[in-house]
Amino acid sequence: MIRSHFGVIAIAALACVGGCSDDRKAQAPARLTISIGSVAPLTGGIAHLGKDNENGARLAVEEANAAKIRIDGKETAFELLAEDDQEDAKVGNTVAQKLVDAKVAGVVGHLNSGTTIPASNVYSGANIPMITGSATNPELTERGLKGVFRVVGRDDQQGPAVANYLVANTKPKVVAVIDDATAYGKGLANEVEKTLKAAGVNVLAREQGTNKTVDWKAVLTKLKGRGPDAVFYGGMDSTAGPLLKQGKELGIKAVFSFGDGACTDKMGEFAGSAADGLLCSQAGIPPQAASKKFLDAYKKRFNIDPILYAPFTYDAANLLIEAMKQANSADPAKYLPVLQKIDFAGATGRISFDEKGDRKDAEMTIFTMKGGKLLPIAIIKGGKTVSYEDFVAQAAAATAAQTSGDAAKK
Amino acid sequence: MGLAQGMDIFIQQVINGLTLGAVYAMVALGYTMVYGIIQLINFAHGEVVMVGAMVAFSVIGALAPSGLPPLAIVLVAGGCAIPVCMLIGYAMERLAYRPLRGAPRLAPLITAIGVSIILQHLAMMIWSRNPLAFPQIIKVESYHFAGATITSVQIAILSISLAMMAGLAALVYRTRLGTAMRATAHNPQVAGLMGIDANRIIALTFVIGAALAAVAGVMVASYYGIAHYAMGSQLGLKAFCAAVLGGIGNIPGAMLGGVLLGVVEALGAGYIGDLTGNVFGSNYQDVFAFIVLIAVLVLRPSGLLGERVGDRA
Repeated sequence: MIRSHFGVIAIAALACVGGCSDDRKAQAPARLTISIGSVAPLTGGIAHLGKDNENGARLAVEEANAAKIRIDGKETAFELLAEDDQEDAKVGNTVAQKLVDAKVAGVVGHLNSGTTIPASNVYSGANIPMITGSATNPELTERGLKGVFRVVGRDDQQGPAVANYLVANTKPKVVAVIDDATAYGKGLANEVEKTLKAAGVNVLAREQGTNKTVDWKAVLTKLKGRGPDAVFYGGMDSTAGPLLKQGKELGIKAVFSFGDGACTDKMGEFAGSAADGLLCSQAGIPPQAASKKFLDAYKKRFNIDPILYAPFTYDAANLLIEAMKQANSADPAKYLPVLQKIDFAGATGRISFDEKGDRKDAEMTIFTMKGGKLLPIAIIKGGKTVSYEDFVAQAAAATAAQTSGDAAKK
Repeated sequence: MGLAQGMDIFIQQVINGLTLGAVYAMVALGYTMVYGIIQLINFAHGEVVMVGAMVAFSVIGALAPSGLPPLAIVLVAGGCAIPVCMLIGYAMERLAYRPLRGAPRLAPLITAIGVSIILQHLAMMIWSRNPLAFPQIIKVESYHFAGATITSVQIAILSISLAMMAGLAALVYRTRLGTAMRATAHNPQVAGLMGIDANRIIALTFVIGAALAAVAGVMVASYYGIAHYAMGSQLGLKAFCAAVLGGIGNIPGAMLGGVLLGVVEALGAGYIGDLTGNVFGSNYQDVFAFIVLIAVLVLRPSGLLGERVGDRA
């Protein structure tokens, strides 16, 4: 009791010292500094992707500072605290704790699902909201943690997306589904099979390899006898490449389709010319499909084009800032409810969250391969398929409307 | 589904199996030759296959932009992989196994596992842990007959391995060196008394096995289009099964065992689903090698062509 009493007196005394000595004019433009954390691997094999994520968030923060946002009546300066999690869950948790200790108001990150999931426990425990722009593992938002959001799609939305695209565009009667017996591959293949069966497609008995299988000839030969119109494989590119190559060698005339694990440029190297014409899906939209305003600003600021998830981390940082602005506070307790109900027009389209913290109607992109390069051909959003060209045109139109709307307000 | 249609699938599976089996046989020879001569199971042999593939990968990658004809590049790559693997085979015997020549049989066996791990990690450091896309510089042609497809790579694998196995058989059964090898295998002490340098013969056996492994490595990597630092362990294990299946220590046995195993695997993976009403699926492909191995060992412990040798069993 005595201690706390003394504390109150001490604070009162200090307040008097500060308040009494200052004259009123100097106190009026009080500045507020709000820290936002950004975490991604900035060293190691995917450092370039990590830097890309950080750049997206940095651009948002710099734009907010240039706009001279006032929060709680004070002139506000945002600062970005960028940390490196080295793609490692342990390091990820350490830097998460570091950001919590630095009392950041919110976090943009991490990049990988493997680091984001453990770190989300740290942030949620400290009541600091976090938004990831790239972690797609469903588990992240399935644990009922408060203040955990993602602006990118989930892995389990991918299976239905690619299956629906297949049904709509190749109209297969018989489809063979293969997986690599991993949690990822099997889960994805199950989702695809479910969606195909719901669409009335005849799905052959599941074939399985392992995540090291390179000899698919026996399986493919058997499938050839069943004459499938399409083949779906849930697995990574290092096994999908040989599968595709051997399938074409055996003369199987089916459309080969894959999830994001095999939706990489490596497919062109592993399978050679056999990779041309494959179908595969990725969560989110390709960076080139982000709003032109963002693309121009990014290019101007960093002298390169965004690589992968920068539009998403840009939106994530903007969402934090926008929620603080609307709540007129950087206190998570005040702005978190606003963030939960936000409806925001970002560089990747309209963003709002469901009760789990996942983005409503997150986009999936369908790619094909041509001459060893992946080309986006369609965007799937809320069960509707839009061709890639139309999507880009629509996004451009939306940005134009938004800009003219802003101009009208002024 | 008509009979004709079922037949073409069957022929295709046999072709798949023969190709796979030819590779197993080449690798199995390395196991069986070494076992035949010093009763050592050289578990690092699979890693030699991997090194062969990796060296070829690097050579092809370096020469691909040079504009040389693709066939020449592949031959140069094979020409580099073979001596590198021979060197590794020799070094392995000289440094890891020869010092343990008189030791209990368990000691060199453990050393072999150690050598295998060392080679794998060295390869990981040199060529990274990522799967490498094997450069496909030669355009693969497909030929069709009886509804089945055979590619130029498969034809090359079958003919090269056939030629190499014939060469090896000629070496072992028709030359003085082969006689010396067989004599050393039969009884090293007595062979030594007859003026045969047993150590030299043993080292040569390792080197010949490594050369076969190098060729197998290049073949398997160009067949699947992929090379990986850990590719040797599974392949090595299967080839070892093939060697035991044919009767370890017996050279024609390794050839027969390899081809048989490849065909059994392909047919097994292709038909088990239908035979068991999809209770078992193609994911059991890798299990067949071991089921066959157990079955043979139970019924014929010395393998298909192995002789009954009391003290070795």
